[in-house]
Amino acid sequence: MVYDALIGPFTEFEFMRRALAAVIALSLAGAPIGVFLMLRRMSLVGDAMAHAILPGAAVGFLLSGLNLFAMTAGGLIAGFAVAILAGVVARSTGLKEDASLATFYLASLALGVTIVSIKGTNIDLLHVLFGNILAMDDQTLLVVAFNATVTLLVLAVIYRPLVIESVDPLFLRTVSRAGGPAHLAFLALVVINLVNGFQALGTLLAVGLMILPAGIARFWSRDLTVMICIAVVAAAVSGYAGLVLSFQTRVPSGPAIILVATVFYIVSVLFGRVGGIVRQLFPGRHLEA
Amino acid sequence: MAAVHFHNVTLGYDRHPAVHHLNGEVAPGALVAVIGPNGAGKSTLLRGIVGILRPLDGSIHLGGLDSRDIAYLPQSADIDRSFPISVFDFVGTGLWRATGLFGGIGKAAREKILRTIASVGLNGFENRTIGTLSGGQRQRVLFARVLLQDARLIVLDEPFNAIDSKTTADLLALVKHWHSEGRTVLAALHDMEMVRTHFAETLVLARGPVAWGPTAEVLTPENLLVAMRMCEAFDDSAAACAADDARSRAA
Repeated sequence: MVYDALIGPFTEFEFMRRALAAVIALSLAGAPIGVFLMLRRMSLVGDAMAHAILPGAAVGFLLSGLNLFAMTAGGLIAGFAVAILAGVVARSTGLKEDASLATFYLASLALGVTIVSIKGTNIDLLHVLFGNILAMDDQTLLVVAFNATVTLLVLAVIYRPLVIESVDPLFLRTVSRAGGPAHLAFLALVVINLVNGFQALGTLLAVGLMILPAGIARFWSRDLTVMICIAVVAAAVSGYAGLVLSFQTRVPSGPAIILVATVFYIVSVLFGRVGGIVRQLFPGRHLEA
Repeated sequence: MAAVHFHNVTLGYDRHPAVHHLNGEVAPGALVAVIGPNGAGKSTLLRGIVGILRPLDGSIHLGGLDSRDIAYLPQSADIDRSFPISVFDFVGTGLWRATGLFGGIGKAAREKILRTIASVGLNGFENRTIGTLSGGQRQRVLFARVLLQDARLIVLDEPFNAIDSKTTADLLALVKHWHSEGRTVLAALHDMEMVRTHFAETLVLARGPVAWGPTAEVLTPENLLVAMRMCEAFDDSAAACAADDARSRAA
């Protein structure tokens, strides 16, 4: 019975195995990016970027129909353009990055919806907005895995300047010029992972599998490395549980995954070791030192 | 060759000068206090020296030093204390000169970091995150990083603000030790008694230079009064600098 409910769908159906592989790849790459987004107070920047990739994906859709390759390429181009433009404007004018990004993403979103409405149907629009991880073919899965691999490699390269830039940007600027490139590379990774999530969860929820696990991790550890590990595990478990939930109840897969992550988040807010509500209400006896 | 040479330098933000037409030089191995009221341009000048801020006009030459020969201690407020980084890792960033982007931190480097943390009196604090430290402990961590940077030019922005007398004495001893090793040290300070007692040379700044030279000659009530009367001069409708016009006409 338990086997049928929790493991059976994956042994029985190939599309479920593909979806599971995709969600694990998304978790491995997206969750660490989400942790940095959160710690750099850029959570909503990630959300804005998710909207910014829409026109590129829509152009891909306009040119080749519901072809995920074309939509991915378009999304990457649009996302990079907006990320880099917003980053360059912020750094060269002193305008805060979120304000700069808000302008670009709104323009981008308006353009994207216009393009989809020229050719699309309501079903296409639903696919673009909410994705469909259960409809993933081998090629798309390979794209997701490739993007995840690139993300982890680039993150390893920029990890040190990214951490220093987050905690003490003035220091980094005195010892190295790596801060600017690292920041732009990080924005690029955000885009890559949003496009990745876009395949599975759609533009509206793509950022969910990045930010929610990061939020969960913040309630369980004060150590950056541990936080990243917890975020990856939380994302993967949410993905797996969401797929099972979707299979058993016919809830759409994207929202199911994000809803499961939200449940984990609420549990963490309540019972988390670091700043959880229950812990604050009942802290136990004070310590010696 | 001077360690730092200011050539008619103007530093500021969005065309508004915070340091206006400063000339002069800091000799290698000098211990210089930069004093002046809030808004006098002390932090701006230090940011110009370490290359964070580009001059609006004029130039700053660093006597053949590159960025790796400069250690900068920012004001505590410039650091994101909520970021989950340990004291060990934070101090370890001072090894950037040796490690760069990819270099590993081996056993010898680890021991060096631990020794440095111990030398500022923070033994046992290695795994604490910086957000859990007191103001004085945080300042000790910043000094530890400067120690590890092993730089020839050390620039300290209000290093003794809001810390107790014991911590101040410990950290001041470090500054004097750096001076005795022949390093050049510039520090923005507010404590006149400390400047009078421990710093041989002083720059009194009030946007423009009020006085610069041996502390005993420069730190006079008259000069301090001039500096105190300095008005905040941020005016959106201000005309372009007349001194620059005169210079361009002469040229």
